[in-house]
Amino acid sequence: MKILIIEDETELMEVIRQSLEKENFLVESASDFHSALDKVISFDYDCILLDIMLPGGSGLDILQELKNLDKSDNVIIISAKDSLEDKLTGLDLGADDYLTKPFHIAELNARIKSVLRRKSFGGKNTVEVANVKLDLDDRTLLISNEPLILNRKEFDILTYMVVNKNRLVNKTSLAERVWGDHMDEADDYEFIYSQIKNLRKKLKDHGAGVEIQAVYGLGYKLVIL
Amino acid sequence: MKLLNHTLKYLSITLFVIISVWAAIFYINMLDEVYDSLDDGLDNYKLLIINKAGEDSTILSKTEFAESNYEIREIPEAIALQRKDTHVDTLMYMVNEEDYEPVRMLTSAFRMNNRYYELKVIASMVEEDDLIEDLLYSLIWLYLAMIASILLVNNFLLRKTWKPFYVLLEQLRVFKLGKDPMLTPAETKVKEFKELNEAVSLLINRSLETYHGQKQFIENASHELQTPLAISINKLELLTEKEDMDEANLMAIGQVIQTLERLTRLNKSLLLLSKIENKQFQENERVDINAVFKNLIEEFTDFADYKNVTISYQEHGQLYADMSKNLAEIFVTNFLKNAIVHNVSNGWVQITVNPTSFTITNSGSDVPLDKDKVFQRFQKKSNEKNTTGLGLAIVKAISDLYGISVAYSYKDGHHMTVSFE
Repeated sequence: MKILIIEDETELMEVIRQSLEKENFLVESASDFHSALDKVISFDYDCILLDIMLPGGSGLDILQELKNLDKSDNVIIISAKDSLEDKLTGLDLGADDYLTKPFHIAELNARIKSVLRRKSFGGKNTVEVANVKLDLDDRTLLISNEPLILNRKEFDILTYMVVNKNRLVNKTSLAERVWGDHMDEADDYEFIYSQIKNLRKKLKDHGAGVEIQAVYGLGYKLVIL
Repeated sequence: MKLLNHTLKYLSITLFVIISVWAAIFYINMLDEVYDSLDDGLDNYKLLIINKAGEDSTILSKTEFAESNYEIREIPEAIALQRKDTHVDTLMYMVNEEDYEPVRMLTSAFRMNNRYYELKVIASMVEEDDLIEDLLYSLIWLYLAMIASILLVNNFLLRKTWKPFYVLLEQLRVFKLGKDPMLTPAETKVKEFKELNEAVSLLINRSLETYHGQKQFIENASHELQTPLAISINKLELLTEKEDMDEANLMAIGQVIQTLERLTRLNKSLLLLSKIENKQFQENERVDINAVFKNLIEEFTDFADYKNVTISYQEHGQLYADMSKNLAEIFVTNFLKNAIVHNVSNGWVQITVNPTSFTITNSGSDVPLDKDKVFQRFQKKSNEKNTTGLGLAIVKAISDLYGISVAYSYKDGHHMTVSFE
């Protein structure tokens, strides 16, 4: 899987690159409009992370160029501007997602994998790890082909954790993903623990090959047993 | 006091003084002229009588005024030589008036055939009190007529002249910075009003520039902060994934991440505020507030359970609001969050939705909040370290945008009453 990061802030680009390499992606980068345009025209990528404000031009023009070239690369816009206008223009021009800075690494991961799934598995929207199989369209969970009923939040937590398997998922990131971003100001997000506790118990009782571990006040990590 | 009446007050006082002084001078002058003319007449009459007496000595024996207007009496030489012509005012009984009336009398002396006579000639005189009375009345009428005409002129002319001023005043009264377009002053030919209009327009333009500049600054500053925040948070997240981290280090990094997240929230809230104030939100739609509440209560259940707060929800009708869906959710969220965060253990939150309003009541501290300050920015009463102090300021901005009324009161709990009427 080849990913292109178009981002003028080299430090941010570097962090994203390191994170993506952990997921075994092949990462390339461009830090200004013209080099980005060159790469976009010359190569094919599975996913492009695109900053809108670039030295030398707008990321939206790169999107336009992709559209003109009839390329079907997946594009996720990463912008400092939470602007509805940019978002709509971007999605209109064929972007697949829009992520506002600052974001959590786990969130970026989840978004990238979501657009890749749409492309790669012929429309089959499933994630699998060990004997755990989640169907994201039907919202069903199979453990060793045995169905297990989860409530909405448990299902969302598990999906997010599976997508970010073996990675430390920050609890804020998890709370924002599952409970929506309304939950800020909420006491260090300790409240998410009760749902996680229930989920852990269900996974264990049904012999799942994964476990959600707590990481010292930071968040959680899904490990394969 | 209105400008109209104000000028009238001073005009009436000034007019009163001017007319009074004028009346006094006029009266004195007129009287002086009357005396002058009377005395001339008497002097002439005196000479005529003396001449007549030289021809007809019977006149010398006329010692009573009776039917005529003179009398002659013989006097000793010594007195006659000292006598000078004198004009005096005196009273005399008038048969027709049946009263004593003022007369002008000339007392003189003359010599005829070596005998000395005293001559008194009288002339009927104006009645001074009548004159004063007449004058007074006519002046009062004049005064009233002048005041009345000034009043009329003021009302018609001044009102017309001052119209641009009142138009401007009315516009200024309702003007809100950042909410209204520029003023549209009335056309005028009066130089002062033109200058006033120009000065006011200039002042407002400058204020608007400053206002927009500041708003833009907040927005730009917040945007500029996003990228460094992203770098810091993501770098720390990567750091926590390193294998050789011990628990103490992880805890420390976790705390730094949380602090940065707090900064992110603060930044987002500021951005949201300026976006609301800049009206950068999508078009209104008919939002089902009941549904918004039900969804959000479901979202907040885990948090409320964790805080040991019970949420109860009641609806007495269907509430719709014409607003941006996104803002409606933020609006309700902030109330709900506020009610849960600023609560006590074993506390409660009670939500009642009516067809045109909703109320959120919650337990909490026993001290009522300051009504005037509760919606201001950064008004943090509690020591909740995770609150931005902007929640209710955002609520206020949204309610201002849509003309929703929000009122706080305290009675057996903190009440927030939100009316969409």
